[in-house]
Amino acid sequence: MRRFTAALFLIGLAVLIAGIYQQMSFYGASVNLGQAINSMAPNQVGSANLVTSVVLAYRGLDTLVELSILFTAATAAGMLLHRRKPATKTDPDGGFVLRAGSDLFFPLLVVVGIYIILHGHLTPGGGFQGGVILACAFFVPLLARPGQQLDQRWISLLEGLAGAAFILIGLLAMIDGAAFLTPLLGKGELGSLFSAGSLPVLYTAVGLKVGAELAGLLAHLSAQDALD
Amino acid sequence: MDMTLVLYVGAAGLILIGIGGIVLSRHLVRIIFSIALLESGANLLLLISSYRDGTAAPIMLAQGFPASMADPVPQALVLTAIVIGVGILALALVLALRVQAAYGTLDIRQMRERMEQDIAEEAGIPMLTSSQAPLPVSPDNGDKS
Repeated sequence: MRRFTAALFLIGLAVLIAGIYQQMSFYGASVNLGQAINSMAPNQVGSANLVTSVVLAYRGLDTLVELSILFTAATAAGMLLHRRKPATKTDPDGGFVLRAGSDLFFPLLVVVGIYIILHGHLTPGGGFQGGVILACAFFVPLLARPGQQLDQRWISLLEGLAGAAFILIGLLAMIDGAAFLTPLLGKGELGSLFSAGSLPVLYTAVGLKVGAELAGLLAHLSAQDALD
Repeated sequence: MDMTLVLYVGAAGLILIGIGGIVLSRHLVRIIFSIALLESGANLLLLISSYRDGTAAPIMLAQGFPASMADPVPQALVLTAIVIGVGILALALVLALRVQAAYGTLDIRQMRERMEQDIAEEAGIPMLTSSQAPLPVSPDNGDKS
């Protein structure tokens, strides 16, 4: 009976969504915001990847709030998890193949992560994506050697410094009377590595913060008592 | 078949599977994963709303400007949504871990029963049951009627 009701509910919902699809005109854009940004951003911000110019320049404040949401979630998760007592059992060792593979992958993942962070204003990618890859670089060795621990103090320090750097760059723009998080340092040549002003610096801060946060969270999770 | 239509159907399918999982499953981790599926469906819907036939990714290439580019605003929004989704997923899984430690189960029905038992014990009142629930069968009047 319960399954029947749920199925009925789902069918009704599907009909409703299909109806909304038919009514809505996704194609006929009534808002030309995107086109305006596409034509203005290369001259205003100077970043070849226009999504980056939206994320860090036009909506920089939103990105700061987004970072704080991620920080809140990671902190709450860290508070809820308890520390493992040293004597309790850990997961079994990863074995030779996993250990050697994680050692081989570590430098590769670090280089790829940094590359993606630094080229966030030129190609698809950026601080969030590269930060996740950096976190993976530090987490894969933990999976191969379950007894090991990341030093949470260093992680917190790095995370705090990166977050402070993001806000500081935003405040520096206000000295000249511009708005918070206005890009600094001049635009540079479109498409070169040193372009788009302070956007690569901001993305580096974002990447380090996201990487440290996720690595800390994953390390916390893997440090739980092994389940039977 | 139109490619955009396939994407729309895929997004709607992901949303429906996610809602179905939330409604139908009793296992807490399955519910959390259903939320993740629902999220990715919503993200896909937002993303294809910015895409039109023949538009390129909103990236300036060195060899020249693409003729028309997709709207970058929904893409930036989806980037935000994905990151927040990861945070929510991690927090929800950690909460599920704590629930497993406290109640010894991840089945939401058993969990509800144990929670109600705990509440009744703490308050010192008998367990609340539905008035239509079958009365407990005692051995002396079980089969007589």
